[in-house]
Amino acid sequence: MTDQAQLLPGTLDLLILRAVSLGPLHGYGVLLRIGQISGNALLIEQGALYPGLFRLVRQGLLKASWGTSENNRRAKFYELTTAGRKRLREETDSWNRLATAIGSALAPQPEEV
Amino acid sequence: MKLLAWIRSVAAKFFRRSQVADEMEAELRSHLLLRADDLERSGLDRAEAERRARIEFGGYERYREESHEALGGNFLETFVQDLRFSLRMLRKSPGFAIAAVLTLALAIGANAVVFSVMNALILRQANVPQADSLYAIERGRDKAINHSYPDYLDLRDRNRSFDGLAAYNVAAVGLDTGDNPSGAWIFEVTGNYFDVLRVQPYLGRYFHGSDEGGPNSAPYIVLTYAFWHSHFQDDRGVVGRTVRLNKHPFIILGVAPPEFKGTLTFLFPDFWVPIVNQEQVEGLNVLNQRGNRGILMVFGHLKAGVTRVQAISDLNSIGAWLEKTYPKDDGRMNFYLTRPGLAGDWLGGPMQGFLTGLMLLAGLILLAACANLGSLFAARAADRSREVALRLALGSSRRRILRQVFTEAVLISLVGGSVGISASVFLLHGLSVWRPLSGVDLHVPVNPDAKVYLVALALALASGFLFGAVPVRQILRTNPYEVVKSGSTAKIGRRISVRDLLLVVQIALCAVLVTSSMVAVRGLWRSLHSNFGFEPRNAMLVGTNLFMAGYGGDQVPAMQKRMIDAVEAVPGVESVGLVDRPPLYYGANATNIYTDKTADPRPSNAAFEAVVYNITPGYFDAAQTRLLAGRTLSWHDDKNSPRVALINREFAGKIFGSVTSAMGGYFKRLDGTRIQVVGVVEDGKYGSLTENPQPAMFLSILQQSPSNGTVLVVRSKRDPQQLAAALTSTLRNLDAGLPADIQTWNQELDGALLASRMATVSLGVLGMMGAMLSITGIFGMAAYSVSKRLRELGIRVALGAQRKEVLQAALGRAVKLLAFGSAAGLVLGILASRVLASIVYQATPRDPLVLAGVVLVMLLLGLVATWIPAQRALSVDPMMLLREE
Repeated sequence: MTDQAQLLPGTLDLLILRAVSLGPLHGYGVLLRIGQISGNALLIEQGALYPGLFRLVRQGLLKASWGTSENNRRAKFYELTTAGRKRLREETDSWNRLATAIGSALAPQPEEV
Repeated sequence: MKLLAWIRSVAAKFFRRSQVADEMEAELRSHLLLRADDLERSGLDRAEAERRARIEFGGYERYREESHEALGGNFLETFVQDLRFSLRMLRKSPGFAIAAVLTLALAIGANAVVFSVMNALILRQANVPQADSLYAIERGRDKAINHSYPDYLDLRDRNRSFDGLAAYNVAAVGLDTGDNPSGAWIFEVTGNYFDVLRVQPYLGRYFHGSDEGGPNSAPYIVLTYAFWHSHFQDDRGVVGRTVRLNKHPFIILGVAPPEFKGTLTFLFPDFWVPIVNQEQVEGLNVLNQRGNRGILMVFGHLKAGVTRVQAISDLNSIGAWLEKTYPKDDGRMNFYLTRPGLAGDWLGGPMQGFLTGLMLLAGLILLAACANLGSLFAARAADRSREVALRLALGSSRRRILRQVFTEAVLISLVGGSVGISASVFLLHGLSVWRPLSGVDLHVPVNPDAKVYLVALALALASGFLFGAVPVRQILRTNPYEVVKSGSTAKIGRRISVRDLLLVVQIALCAVLVTSSMVAVRGLWRSLHSNFGFEPRNAMLVGTNLFMAGYGGDQVPAMQKRMIDAVEAVPGVESVGLVDRPPLYYGANATNIYTDKTADPRPSNAAFEAVVYNITPGYFDAAQTRLLAGRTLSWHDDKNSPRVALINREFAGKIFGSVTSAMGGYFKRLDGTRIQVVGVVEDGKYGSLTENPQPAMFLSILQQSPSNGTVLVVRSKRDPQQLAAALTSTLRNLDAGLPADIQTWNQELDGALLASRMATVSLGVLGMMGAMLSITGIFGMAAYSVSKRLRELGIRVALGAQRKEVLQAALGRAVKLLAFGSAAGLVLGILASRVLASIVYQATPRDPLVLAGVVLVMLLLGLVATWIPAQRALSVDPMMLLREE
């Protein structure tokens, strides 16, 4: 628990899109999926998920419908729209570029050795 | 994102508000249940699992709120929520709400009134097509608006910048439509007047430049709609009818549309007459005299693409040509452009200055009101700190709380603003139908238009945000933990708080207003009791126009002498004099004066300008103007004897150095005549009450060409009404067709005093508003500080404090602030009053009476405002208070 990383601002939306891209999920499921794919390395307060979900629905990147969960609870399920899929691709690319750049900038340089 | 979809989502969210909210709640709850299920599976019991799920979820209220915002459609909803809440809060404290609304209504109302007067008189343009390009021409260093007719012709024909130049003059005539001869105000205009203004007739036709063919060649009349309506009962058959104007036949050509009333803002003509008929209208024709600048105004539309600067340089090149070609008549001929509505800078300048000053003062009122409301709001916020803390503790964001506070402030400001503007509309309507002077159809057309409403709205909103912003820091700093823990007992700070500062600012502003209004009132009082160079009490003026009655040439002096003799015989009349135009009657006639040594009199080498009066021998007696040296005129100073004059002290000093050396001396006029000084009289007021001493001379009316105006000054101690009746019958016996306007000299002076009267009234009203605001401000502050400290005061009383000490503890601070604010305001007010001196005659702040008055007023205000809080502090019952806690 203690070595969990704080989320960078703006990255929660990307994580939600990524989690939902693997199949329709309800809110709690999104949280579990993020934990699963990040190896539980990220600290997300549970409630913080919902404003993000609603924002993405309003932007037309997710669509939501009521359904029943695996243990028979009524829950709202989210899935990606076409626009959401496209946005995920773009955001992933730009994140990778950023990560590479930051990574190489922070890597030990030859003259430092 | 698609706009339409967004709007639909917002609208849908708004209208299905509860459904959306319910759905969201359900989803959040389902999350908690799912989490609790998982935790239960990991071995916790159900109750513990649900508790853990809620803790892990984080601030439930906060996320609910944020989710709501993320769903969109939140703004309106929040706004409606805030509005409801604000209304509920205000209903709970009606005293506060009423005080706040009234304060703002006063301030916004004052601003709306002043702005709409400014809007109507200065900003609004003439009601003619393409008014933006319409300019009047001003001349010379003093920016005089009047010109001579020959100069006008040269300007009209030689300029390349205007789409035609027209000119006009205001005159009074006698109109006889067949039954009842009556006086009327008219504009004598050039033939191209209507064409230059691009207006179309409502009925019949206008006259044009082509109708002019020399003196008295165009006996035509065009009626204004209003005059047609009131004097011809909308009779469409008037076109082509012949009426008699000063006994001369004129043909009615047409009627102007209702919205066109000439280009002067404050004076509407009854009809228009071609200026070439000046002799028939005014009795004399000065259109051929280049030195006689009797044309009131010359104006025209700038050609498309010509800028003001280009037009001015074009006019100035004509001016240079005029100076060179007519050195005898045309002195300095440089030109400026101005708007035609206010007769140029002569009237427009001081008016603009005064209205700007008034607008500033009204702005100060609004600021003071905002300071007042700001401190009220700050006090309220302090009282509500517990509520704010509770809301913060429950997860509300500070932004949300601030939004509510601003909603409340803007709500108050809008309600106050609408009350203010409704009140001002009533007031302005009253002003619009008001005719300030009897005998002259003077208008103050100040009905508000869309611009006024817009400005009032903007001011209301701005002030709402201004005073709403005062408690912001207080709210941002609220520490919910501290407040909830320690309760609402406010700490009594010894520091200077924002509230104290606001109160000082407010009192200072109010003191400025009180000071300036007292300075103005005192100035008016003085100007009413100063030496005018004549004595208006116990004197009657009988104004006649002999030309209107058909007299001309040598008949005029003969008739004037007969009138004087007849009036002198009226019982009770002490003395009678005649003057062509009484002093302080809408400006004065001035003429160039040359020293006796000037060989070549021309405008450029004049010694100075002097006001000139043509009088009969009895005038000084009747007017009670004091003779300082020499003799007055006699009936022997006529055409056959040497030209003589009496001059005033200022004139004597200017040209001869002193009164004694002036006696028997000579000076010259433009036409080269030498005039001998036979007497010197005291200085007086001639053009306006605020003028500096002007040189003036009094000539024998018998030695001048017959004068148009004939005003008898009748001195008598008889009752004015009886005397007026006696005078009317006397004059009717002389000539039944002679129109005579009889009033006391004081009544006639109303015109000269109008400006300072209006200035004083408006400043007085603003001063009173300032005083009221400072009362509410001090009262609010004192009452609040007493109520906050009741418990402390109770303890003091219980411990044996005396009345004096209780009062000092309760109100010492308020009184200190009051004294400090008043002193600051007094100093500022004295500085600001210099501006007033230019409008209000003898307005000087360095007057012990004014200073004492201001101090007294502020003291009284303080006493009134702190009276109730002081009573409350003194009646503190320690037992009651201590038991309550």
